[in-house]
Amino acid sequence: MRELAEVRLMQGNEACVQAALDAGVRFFGGYPITPSTEIAEGMAEKLPALGGKFIQMEDEIASIASIIGASLAGVKSMTATSGPGFSLMQENLGYACMTEVPCVIVNVQRGGPSTGRPTAPAQGDVMQARWGTHGDHPAIVLSPWSAQETYTLTVKAVNLSERFRTPVILLMDEVVAHLREGVRMPDPRQLKLIERPRPQGGRENYRPFGGALDEVPAVADFGMGYRCNVTGLVHDDVGHPSGSPQVTNDLIRRLSGKVEAHRDEIIDYELTQTGDADMVIFAYGSTARTSLRALKLARAQGLKVGMIRPTTLWPFPEKAIEEVAERGIPILVPEMNLGQLVLEVERIAKGRSLVQPLSRVDGELFNPDEILEAVKELKPVKSRKSSKKEGI
Amino acid sequence: MPADKSEQVQQNPEQMKQTWPDPLQIQLSGSGGQGLILAGIILADAALSEGYNAIQTQAYGPEARGGASRAEVILSSDLIDYPHVQRPDILLALTQEACDKYLPSVSKEALVIVDSLLVERVPETQANVLQLPIIQTAKQDLGKEMVANIVALGALNRAAALVSPEALEKAVLKRVPKAYADLNKKALEAGEKLVRL
Repeated sequence: MRELAEVRLMQGNEACVQAALDAGVRFFGGYPITPSTEIAEGMAEKLPALGGKFIQMEDEIASIASIIGASLAGVKSMTATSGPGFSLMQENLGYACMTEVPCVIVNVQRGGPSTGRPTAPAQGDVMQARWGTHGDHPAIVLSPWSAQETYTLTVKAVNLSERFRTPVILLMDEVVAHLREGVRMPDPRQLKLIERPRPQGGRENYRPFGGALDEVPAVADFGMGYRCNVTGLVHDDVGHPSGSPQVTNDLIRRLSGKVEAHRDEIIDYELTQTGDADMVIFAYGSTARTSLRALKLARAQGLKVGMIRPTTLWPFPEKAIEEVAERGIPILVPEMNLGQLVLEVERIAKGRSLVQPLSRVDGELFNPDEILEAVKELKPVKSRKSSKKEGI
Repeated sequence: MPADKSEQVQQNPEQMKQTWPDPLQIQLSGSGGQGLILAGIILADAALSEGYNAIQTQAYGPEARGGASRAEVILSSDLIDYPHVQRPDILLALTQEACDKYLPSVSKEALVIVDSLLVERVPETQANVLQLPIIQTAKQDLGKEMVANIVALGALNRAAALVSPEALEKAVLKRVPKAYADLNKKALEAGEKLVRL
């Protein structure tokens, strides 16, 4: 038993392992890949002692298939990978969305496309995490900026996957995965853990895929005695394949609706000195660490800079942008990609704020000076206060 | 660690309770296999146990041995945002290549420790340079070149007065195999003694 509130020096990847175990994950199927390997290693080392199972699968297609199977049997399940493996997982990711199987997929991003730069940080999988699998589907994607937050968000990912019966993606980057820093370990008994809804009623009324458009139906574990039919085809409320337009419409709308209707439960972001800010940096993952330093440097020079740091990338934290865009102040969006989440910022800003992307794709973390320089070049949009009435 | 670092480091280690900038940037450099990343982890661990915020990062090639290797440690009383070292306040260089590469980037009053055997030429610098027989001590006095990283840690901590010797020893013993606990303790002491010279 570890000491309560103990601070340990941990990598982000190690914090992810400990958090998954504390959140009740007892199955891990995976195929080690840099920079996520320490997660598989940690799981292999620690799961058996807790009565859990670790299987090294033959590839990433099988890895995600194994966690879907384990989860259908009622066990909280997780896999971890990086870009190339995440690409292979896309088909079964859609299968997990369609069959409403709770599971957590950790993607420690590295430079892409293809095998790219295995040991270099990147944030190029943001759109893939949202739209990598085909068809309209829900996506919950969380992104930590520290080892400590990797712990918190891993627990949250497991909880949200159970709460909404859907795969949740923990989108890390190489810097956060590999740096070591102090992590204050909570008492695992104090963690709020969520279990998927399980049926209370009789077998004859069991509708594991039914319910209103914002509803998460209860699901039985394989072996509980309920009749189970699981298919990636469009299916009715008991799980039988269907070609009915009505059934199709209801299912597709509910799959996304059950997540969209509960955005406020899912979305989280941190605001730093945005109150009096004339300009704002929107950044996530390790880029936000550099951005915070740039913010401090800017403030020291008298520039009123604030920061929005989303920990939920999908669903996109629209309200956070809305509040800034209403004031018409410019937004800098540094990303270690050619400009992905900046498109969402633009979509919400609707031209009210200048939205300036800043890209870095050379496999290096931004340094504070280049973000500071970009902040200084931001030009505020012309004053809009006349168009905004008070008190509405 | 308020910023005041006017004293000369090399001349009088006993009076070296100089205060370091906050955050304090430390770079441990050499070649792969010298155990520098482990040294960085141990140092960060020891600092953490003394109540500092500590962060450790690394850069290395794909080789298991050889190739350039670098561990970075930042200590602070505050939250550490940007995780990389920009201008080292303390530099350890165990190869000529590492010394040539990183010495130009150190801060003006940095403490630089180089191995006196493997670093034959120290480029001109305003930093305080300590040339210590780290590798030789590990090889000849302790019989295992492998513990050069721990010798270096002992020397570095003594010269820079970062954490208590007890905290450092505890952190070392936590991270090395039990069978080598005594050897590592000796290595730490040997490193400390190098600075008393």
